[in-house]
Amino acid sequence: MQNLEEYKGVFVFAQQVDNVVSGIAYELLGKAKDLAAPLNAQVTAVLIGSGVKDQCDKLAEYGADRVILVDDPELKDYRTEPYAHALASVINEYKPEIMLVGATAIGRDLGPTVSARVATGLTADCTVLEIGDFPLQPIPGKESEQKHNQLLMTRPAFGGNTIATIACPNNRPQMATVRPGVMQKIDPIKGAKAEIIEFNPGFTPNNKYVEIKEVVKAVSDIKDIMDAKILVSGGRGVGSPENFKILEDLAAAIGGQVSCSRAVVDSGWKPKELQVGQTGKTVRPNVYFAIGISGAIQHVAGMEESDIIIAINKDEDAPIFDVADFGVVGDLNKIVPQLTESIKAELAKK
Amino acid sequence: MKVIVCIKQVPDTKGGVKFNPDGTLDRGAMLAIMNPDDKAGLEAALRLKDQYGAEVTVLTMGLPKAADVLREAIAMGADKGILVTDRVLGGADTWATSTTIAGAIRNLDYDLIITGRQAIDGDTAQVGPQIAEHLNIPVISYAQEIKVDGDKVTVKRQYDDRYHMVEAKMPCLITALSELNEPRYMTPGGIFDAVKADITTWGRADLKDVDDSNLGLAGSPTKIAKASDKVRKGAGEKVVPESPEDAVKYIVGKLSEKHVI
Repeated sequence: MQNLEEYKGVFVFAQQVDNVVSGIAYELLGKAKDLAAPLNAQVTAVLIGSGVKDQCDKLAEYGADRVILVDDPELKDYRTEPYAHALASVINEYKPEIMLVGATAIGRDLGPTVSARVATGLTADCTVLEIGDFPLQPIPGKESEQKHNQLLMTRPAFGGNTIATIACPNNRPQMATVRPGVMQKIDPIKGAKAEIIEFNPGFTPNNKYVEIKEVVKAVSDIKDIMDAKILVSGGRGVGSPENFKILEDLAAAIGGQVSCSRAVVDSGWKPKELQVGQTGKTVRPNVYFAIGISGAIQHVAGMEESDIIIAINKDEDAPIFDVADFGVVGDLNKIVPQLTESIKAELAKK
Repeated sequence: MKVIVCIKQVPDTKGGVKFNPDGTLDRGAMLAIMNPDDKAGLEAALRLKDQYGAEVTVLTMGLPKAADVLREAIAMGADKGILVTDRVLGGADTWATSTTIAGAIRNLDYDLIITGRQAIDGDTAQVGPQIAEHLNIPVISYAQEIKVDGDKVTVKRQYDDRYHMVEAKMPCLITALSELNEPRYMTPGGIFDAVKADITTWGRADLKDVDDSNLGLAGSPTKIAKASDKVRKGAGEKVVPESPEDAVKYIVGKLSEKHVI
């Protein structure tokens, strides 16, 4: 039986790829700071890799009070086994109360493996994390059994149709994965320093160490749509890959970027990197134009947190109008080119 | 070679979603299909059968009616179906589910275990890697291609901006992406086999090296505090302008009102 009281602090797996810390790690640090405040706890980043020590200061600037560094040649490229051994060993040694991992192609492999190894629960793809009571309301007659200061993890399920809040009251750490783009980074504190602890549990290859024969990076100069302030997003209603030109012109005029729905990617009109939605990316730009996008629930799940949603669609009953702040029923082929010209004219006046 | 494919019967998420009073899902009330990623995993196993004569066993955990997906898998070409079902297993989270499935698999010989990456009901992608962890074998997640050569398997493993060609010695577990392949249809002969096939049914007593405290709702570390239909941000304004010019005027007006331009 675990002594739950021994487990302290909010830990973040600081994912790095090619020895550069991924944006998700900074987002998780931002959230970890929020969670640590009511717990009076420290925020610790766990940095795992080979030759990654120079990344520690940046983790400090984004909110880490402490960095636990596991640096070993075996940890060069991500592989489940040496990484799971590294993270599970850190958990067993330093006993975090909360362990956050990015819901990336790495974290969604590492998280479950580590949670099974340290025998705790893991809640996937959380969109809200907060500290609260479990059960949410005390059970009459069993008030003393209600636990306080628990991590409450909220996540969508059933393709976004439902939402569940989950707790992990009897096991530690409380583990969650969070998708990129959901939590907010803090403004970096220049010159901030963290306590750095170097920890190496030893790595002895066994049957679970697979061999990487080849690493093939996608060659792309496409800017990440998750960083865009304005997205001009097109769906099947745009009609053809050529017709995306009118969206690109609008994006250029307003200083935004083009993204798209799954239907567009499935039709081969645009690469997967530009896809917004549950099987694509989660975005929260200042302005999201949904043009010729019907608004399937899986798409909406990836963009509904945008500040302003403007929809243009010829189908008056398209579900996208249920989430749009400003919906316009009409022909995108006529509206979009004129909108581009009008915006250019407005901006020229200033 | 022997391949085990773990499949799940899932509610079709296009339909409505129902809950039990305790906040767990009422799976009995929803239309059920074979989970798409699992179907791709099954197809990958059936290709190993076509190529190397692999024996393909499909395994599922669920209510008795989950035998339907095992029969569907047999109709596609799988050799054997095993259903793990028991009242004490109900309400399991991913930890308790993976513990159960690993306990069932310990009774079987295998070179390869294939699961789908994730199921469309929970979308967690956790059960595959957790089964591997319980069985102490390597896991390769997010497989886009699978090739077998002797006792080794080579997998194209997808990441966000790259892929790795990864080689592992079997036995190992692979989680399949639905883009791995185009699953085949059931054949008339297969449907005939499926109807008369014996489905092996296992309960709690058949699970090997599993502690009661790790099973079902009670053995799940994660607990549901609250579950509900998602309340979405309400609709804003919707206009039906007379002309494209009016539409443009409306949008530009809103953009300047919000200081975007």
